[in-house]
Amino acid sequence: MSLCYQCGKCSAGCPVRYYMDIAPNKVVRLIQLGYYEEALKSETPWLCAGCLTCSVRCPKEFDLAKFMDAVREIAIEKGVEVKQENILKFHKAFLDQIKNHGRSYEVGLVAEYKMKTLDLFQDVDSAPGMFLKGKLDLLPHNIKNRKEIKSIFKKTSGKK
Amino acid sequence: MKYGYFPGCSLTSSAKEYDISLRKVIDKLGISFDEINDWSCCGATSAHVTNHKLSTALAMRNIMLAEQQGLDNIIAPCAACYNRLIISQNEIGKHSGIRKETEDLLSVKFKKDIKVFNILELFLKSGINKIIENRKRELSELKAACYYGCLLVRPAAITKFDDAEEPESMEKIIEATGAGAVDWNYKTECCGAAHSIARRDIVVDLSKKILDDAITHGANVMVVACPMCHTNLDMRQRAMKRKYPDHKEFPVLYLTELIGLSLGMDEKELGIDLHYTNFKYADTLLNNSAKG
Repeated sequence: MSLCYQCGKCSAGCPVRYYMDIAPNKVVRLIQLGYYEEALKSETPWLCAGCLTCSVRCPKEFDLAKFMDAVREIAIEKGVEVKQENILKFHKAFLDQIKNHGRSYEVGLVAEYKMKTLDLFQDVDSAPGMFLKGKLDLLPHNIKNRKEIKSIFKKTSGKK
Repeated sequence: MKYGYFPGCSLTSSAKEYDISLRKVIDKLGISFDEINDWSCCGATSAHVTNHKLSTALAMRNIMLAEQQGLDNIIAPCAACYNRLIISQNEIGKHSGIRKETEDLLSVKFKKDIKVFNILELFLKSGINKIIENRKRELSELKAACYYGCLLVRPAAITKFDDAEEPESMEKIIEATGAGAVDWNYKTECCGAAHSIARRDIVVDLSKKILDDAITHGANVMVVACPMCHTNLDMRQRAMKRKYPDHKEFPVLYLTELIGLSLGMDEKELGIDLHYTNFKYADTLLNNSAKG
């Protein structure tokens, strides 16, 4: 991280910079200067789409997209309030499907996401179409060795 | 030629047509797949943005299964799966600590270096000449904007494939089908990816810019190789139309569908009718009788 000399090329090319509260390079700067709380509270890491544009353009070859992964993970560990809470709820709902079935289950994902966010009306226009086209399966695709998946989730959850 | 196959979750649901068209096309080209038994989700965006250990273990479980099945390589048609698999392999290779942690989690020792290929590599290696030899339909009216998205060519140090800013490999495949490819600016610009549900507003804006740039540069179809990109660029055009009333529906095909069309297959056979946008050239093209 000390590699970063704040040229700002990452922020200049970031496709989601416009929606962020602070520029990506500023999140790095906050951490460099020891303002951890401010960095962890920022919406920026949550809005990062992980497109890797910054990582491939950085003149110092600093992997900023991976750095954003780390900031998010630390924010979760420390229980920092995530302002972009729907994004976190989406990720949790997605991972719950994997934990239960071994594969993504879109109906379960959308149902859980809507229950958690109470955002009931978004996508009511596309879901029936997906059913009619046979794209959404009502039942999940369960893998055989779900025990192994559950064990991976358990061992990596950080909880004993 | 035989390849290991990791379809990934999307190809069994929202991107069924990508799987359908891929299987039809490789069958025609004499390539066969050996699907990884009991494969599981690669962890996708949600794992790597929240839990690094989990994301590596979920991705590597599939590499482990491929190794146990005796496979030497894997085709991962979903760009996001491809990216997670190669990034996890790279981390295991570079950091002995991550390797040990993942091996302990999965109770396994990784021995083989299994090569993961993306869909473009598959056709560049085993398909270009066969596509040309088996071409049945004239596609010269199509002007394709080849959209790579973020994850097929990045990070270049790990993908070791094409250029991260100005890739050209998909154009080579498109040319083999007889369709044209336009020169445009947003080949690798992000569509908003996994924000499709939680921040649809962002996805609509970014995807609209990508489609507009393709149209400005004379394209009449967009060609993609990622289920997430396809969802955002195809299905999200309804939301796009609501936010930008002047938006005109623009067809978005999977690369395998376009190859299938050139090989003489019809729209329905390839699952093109499962898209939200209409492939408006279908009638003209499909009336174009097969050459041989």
